[in-house]
Amino acid sequence: MSIEAFTSLTSRTVVLPEENIDTDQIIPARFLTTTGRDSLADACFHDWRFEASGKMTDHTLNTTDISSHKILVAGNNFGCGSSREHAPWALMALGFRAVISTEIADIFRSNSLKNGLLPVIVPPEVLADLHEQPGVEISIDLDAEELRFGNHVVSFSTEPFARRCLLDGQDSLDVLLSAVPDIEAFEGAQS
Amino acid sequence: MAKTLFEKVWERNLVTQETDERPAILHISLHLVHEVTSPQAFTVLRERGVKVRRPDLTLATIDHSVPTLPAGPSGELPYVTDAARNQVETLRKNCAEHGVPLLDLGDDRRGIVHVVGPELGRTRPGMTVVCGDSHTSTHGAFGALAFGIGTTEVGHVLATQSLLQRRPKTMRVNFVGTPSDTVTGKDLALAMIAKIGTQGGTGYVLEYTGESIRALSMEGRMTLCNMSIEAGARAGMIAPDETTWSYLDGAAGESVSRDDNLFTDEDAIFDAEIEIDASAVKPMVTFGTAPDAAIAASASVPAGVEGIDYMDLEEGQELTSVAVTTVFVGSCTNGRLEDLRAVGKVLGGRKVADGVKMLIVPGSEQVKRDAESEGLHSLFLEAGAEWREPGCSMCIAMNGDRGQPGDLVVSTSNRNFKGRQGEGVRTVLASPLTAAASAVAGHIADPGEYL
Repeated sequence: MSIEAFTSLTSRTVVLPEENIDTDQIIPARFLTTTGRDSLADACFHDWRFEASGKMTDHTLNTTDISSHKILVAGNNFGCGSSREHAPWALMALGFRAVISTEIADIFRSNSLKNGLLPVIVPPEVLADLHEQPGVEISIDLDAEELRFGNHVVSFSTEPFARRCLLDGQDSLDVLLSAVPDIEAFEGAQS
Repeated sequence: MAKTLFEKVWERNLVTQETDERPAILHISLHLVHEVTSPQAFTVLRERGVKVRRPDLTLATIDHSVPTLPAGPSGELPYVTDAARNQVETLRKNCAEHGVPLLDLGDDRRGIVHVVGPELGRTRPGMTVVCGDSHTSTHGAFGALAFGIGTTEVGHVLATQSLLQRRPKTMRVNFVGTPSDTVTGKDLALAMIAKIGTQGGTGYVLEYTGESIRALSMEGRMTLCNMSIEAGARAGMIAPDETTWSYLDGAAGESVSRDDNLFTDEDAIFDAEIEIDASAVKPMVTFGTAPDAAIAASASVPAGVEGIDYMDLEEGQELTSVAVTTVFVGSCTNGRLEDLRAVGKVLGGRKVADGVKMLIVPGSEQVKRDAESEGLHSLFLEAGAEWREPGCSMCIAMNGDRGQPGDLVVSTSNRNFKGRQGEGVRTVLASPLTAAASAVAGHIADPGEYL
């Protein structure tokens, strides 16, 4: 089986400068009663994008064409809180393919990598620069682990196995399934 | 070579070592499953024609989407939406198809996933425990390595009973000194998060040590480990001792064999160490919209913290002047018998203040039975509180138990994020003692004067 590959991306940014954006903001819990993973676009940042009446707010996520702005530039510590994988699903349903911050929470990062949403950690001065230029065009090259915007070239690092899976579009479940003989041997030795 | 508790548990459960190219393969001793984060994982198994590899090491329960109000006259449970009912029915079908044991509605062992695992004696020292739920860190209280995973990884564990994992870093959190009687595991947790911040633990497994940790009951230890994720940590651990083993004897209904090697060796090296003076910790509350915005209930709102606008608080305002509309007692953080007893101590002979709604939700059917056999439910009802059926309830507010815009909820749960307990709802995290004192006072209160 394969997952959607990620090799490179050139797109504009949407800036959400708030720090500690938790997964309850990304997708409120009342949308988690779904048993599927599609149709989550409206749920994404729902309470930032819609009033209680259902009317759209003038939030930048509503006024920006995400299909040309696929890179979310967030404040520090993005994706903290709940382990819900619905968070990267919802971000991708809205059209995002990469998230940039100075810190991205462990479980959110792990979930994103498995779905083709690239988490990119940059130094604080780079993030500050990006916050000042909302909508700037960025090129992300996962093979070279570099992002470029304006005159800047910034390197980043991605866990090597997850990077390989993304570049090749490989589902990591296949790696585990091929290791079942090792797992059986371990269990045999335990019992 | 000297090893930490984490290293010992990690190595015991290692199928293959990690290399530069590939993470370690870690065997999972116990996989807990609930209705919210599992359906899409079962779908993947179905698409691939793969069965659950070790149903005997898997345990499912229903907690997040289920109503906490009893069934109506027709026997119909008052689900918040058809989608919520469908999610519960989907779990039931998936478990039946794969032979996964399910603590279904009506089962007298059902409850919140992180309450029932330990209560049924399934969580044991030295194990690896995972669940599609960030508060899986709770089980680390038993000296297990326990952490939350996403739904893709739920599928990995269902299919192979294993996970690909990079070895995390380790941090010792040493609590020195002895806190006062009004300070609980929850207060120690909030004090720790306030000190290191919501990302202070990112990339780490925490080990809690010190005399005040040894003095905690298993319930208090579970509360502390539960909140590890709120500091960004994947897991929190506490080395087992006689408190642990005697709890397990009780849960198992027999003497369980002691494992004497589950502790951090004297010369073991952590990647980071911090110290917290437990004797200086007071009953804590949060005042912002992240769990690290926490301070003593007797203090004032500090300057310069994001989120106080949303909370409608002002810098310098005394927290005890903040009026409360709702009090929620429950959740995997504080929904156990000891927590309900603490509430009982404060509520006994007192009334919930006029205009305050108080919801008390036991963490499991067993907690409910035990509380009722002690008469706690009568005490709660006499005080004017509501006594509900077990579930996650207002902690995550996805079953219909939620506040109204503008409400201020003093909550024994784990997250004070904007809108977590309903759109526009303001959440103040606190211990059961502080929550109960606030319910009686009608404003945020330090429990000291109520004991």
